[in-house]
Amino acid sequence: MSEFKSNNAVIKWIEYRMPIFSFLDDAIGRGYPTPRNLNYWWNFGSLAGVALVIMIATGIVLAMQYTPHATMAFDSIERIMRDVNYGWLLRYVHSNGGSFFFLVVYIHIFRGLYYGSYKEPRELLWILGVVILLLMMATAFMGYVLPWGQMSFWAATVITNLFSAIPVFGDQIVTWLWGGFSVANPTLNRFFSLHYLLPFVIVGVVVLHIWALHRFGSNNPIGIDAKGPQDKIPFHPYYTIKDAFGFGVFFIAFAAVIFYAPNLFGEPDNYVEANPLATPAHIVPEWYFLPYYAILRAIPNKLLGVVAMFGSILIYFVLPWIDRSPVRSARFRPIYKQFFWIFVADCVLLGYVGANPPEGQFLLIGRLATAYYFLHFVIVFLLSYLERPRPLPSSISEPVLKGGGAAAGAAAKPMEKV
Amino acid sequence: MKKLLTVAAAVLAFGTGAAQAAEGTALPEYHWSFNGIFGTFERPELQRGFQVYREVCSACHGLRLVAFRDLAALGYSADAIKALAADYTFKDGPNDQGEMYEREGRPSDHFPSPFPNEKAAAFANGGSAPPDLSLMAKARKGGPDYVRALLMGFEEAPAESHIPEGLHYNIYFPGHQIAMPPPLSADAVEYSDGTPATVEQMATDVAAFLMWAAEPTLEQRKEMGIKVLIFLLVFTGVLYAAKRKIWSDLH
Repeated sequence: MSEFKSNNAVIKWIEYRMPIFSFLDDAIGRGYPTPRNLNYWWNFGSLAGVALVIMIATGIVLAMQYTPHATMAFDSIERIMRDVNYGWLLRYVHSNGGSFFFLVVYIHIFRGLYYGSYKEPRELLWILGVVILLLMMATAFMGYVLPWGQMSFWAATVITNLFSAIPVFGDQIVTWLWGGFSVANPTLNRFFSLHYLLPFVIVGVVVLHIWALHRFGSNNPIGIDAKGPQDKIPFHPYYTIKDAFGFGVFFIAFAAVIFYAPNLFGEPDNYVEANPLATPAHIVPEWYFLPYYAILRAIPNKLLGVVAMFGSILIYFVLPWIDRSPVRSARFRPIYKQFFWIFVADCVLLGYVGANPPEGQFLLIGRLATAYYFLHFVIVFLLSYLERPRPLPSSISEPVLKGGGAAAGAAAKPMEKV
Repeated sequence: MKKLLTVAAAVLAFGTGAAQAAEGTALPEYHWSFNGIFGTFERPELQRGFQVYREVCSACHGLRLVAFRDLAALGYSADAIKALAADYTFKDGPNDQGEMYEREGRPSDHFPSPFPNEKAAAFANGGSAPPDLSLMAKARKGGPDYVRALLMGFEEAPAESHIPEGLHYNIYFPGHQIAMPPPLSADAVEYSDGTPATVEQMATDVAAFLMWAAEPTLEQRKEMGIKVLIFLLVFTGVLYAAKRKIWSDLH
């Protein structure tokens, strides 16, 4: 177990009664051996954690000034923007923080897909990650409703109406969700309550996610297990400093948007107060929901559309059993690697289609892209049997320490000087 | 893969063209003083814009999220704001006898809306209520560019278009049929600083004023942003150097 030692009397006194210091040391300190070859794509897990903390911190302060009432919510946000000290900053950090949180998490997920991080023995770690994604989506959706602008109101109407597709009980379920016969004040109240609750549920699942991670440690770009101590380095100081540098880069991008393009991800319509009598010309969700929105609208049957939309995420729960290839990293899977990038392009294309009205060419492209989205998982299943992976290196430290292809490639990038 | 990209690019090009056709004419761009990283509002421009709002727009449009005290940011003195607020009458109460009474406006009051409610506003304006302008510069695509263009976009309707009674032709309004009659005409206001009051000048000034009204903290935001970014760039540089140093013993 932990090699943690301290000469500080206070620390020793606490450690004896509650070994929190050795616990932390094992979690993110010298006691947590980590593959030595993680690249910068591995920064996005800790970045997601930072984004979550930022969202909770700003959200708690915003809630002190926000009024969850249909007639007052919109004006209370404007009061935050105008009269609360640095309220504009808190609000812009929170509203853009959602976008950055999703951006970071999506990169984190694609990293996992590329390097096969979902494979045995990390299936449960992956499943917990999918649970976090679903919780994030629910939280983000309900948070978007709170400003009670036109887009808030109509997004809430469209999305809650999806549940009416449920056979037999659909309409009753929607009435139950709304707390009435349309999206109105009771809906806003419960969304506020749940928007405050769910982030703490996310924190709980994140703890489980990290717990599961620590069972076998991080996957790595080569995707083979560590063979011995020479393959690993202590998390601190190597990855604490590398993550800290990543935080800096993240904050620069985040600050650039907050201070110079704070409404970049927003819809102008959401600066118009909610009006149940006037429907906006185009109802679009936030960018991070656009691919799912495209899938929903690609299918002419409402129930099947809803099933496909939720299915597009739920399918990740069984991905570890769809992809049966024993090789994790796409570096050694020449065909899977190509299909991975086509899949990324398909997701981006779905997002683009989702931002446009489902007519003419967009409807056709949306349907093709949706079909391909699900076809990808069939391809992944077939590739497990058809693809011939490249030979794997015998250990992590072999290509790192003895030169060779990987080291030559990395030498061109000073950040990964090896 | 390459083919896929070509298709995607073609779709993009076609898509934006179609979107533009639906949205109406492209907005003429204007170089606002508040654009860019170092952008700030110009006080004389805001004051002129406020004058246009007060003498022209406020007949039909409210500005309910802006308080008189906020005008200090435009360069008005406390006394001037007090005097300005006192020009307005507000219903207040109830007093100790339980009666409502009228009083002079105070700097803490917000701009009163010209109509008692939306129904009254719609009734007085042929069925469509003039929207409140507090957030107008953020509530439309194009922001202040759109506001400025719209105010200059009233033209003779083309022969083939049929503009219904009570609507007006505007090249920048989505659908081109706007209920608002052309609000500005040359010399509609007389600027105290002697600037000639052309339609373009007034449209520009009031659009800048409405941008301030929609985002009064814009200057504070941009000023803080520079400091934050400089700090972050230096700090991230230090972190990068530390990372290089710490990792050097591994290689």
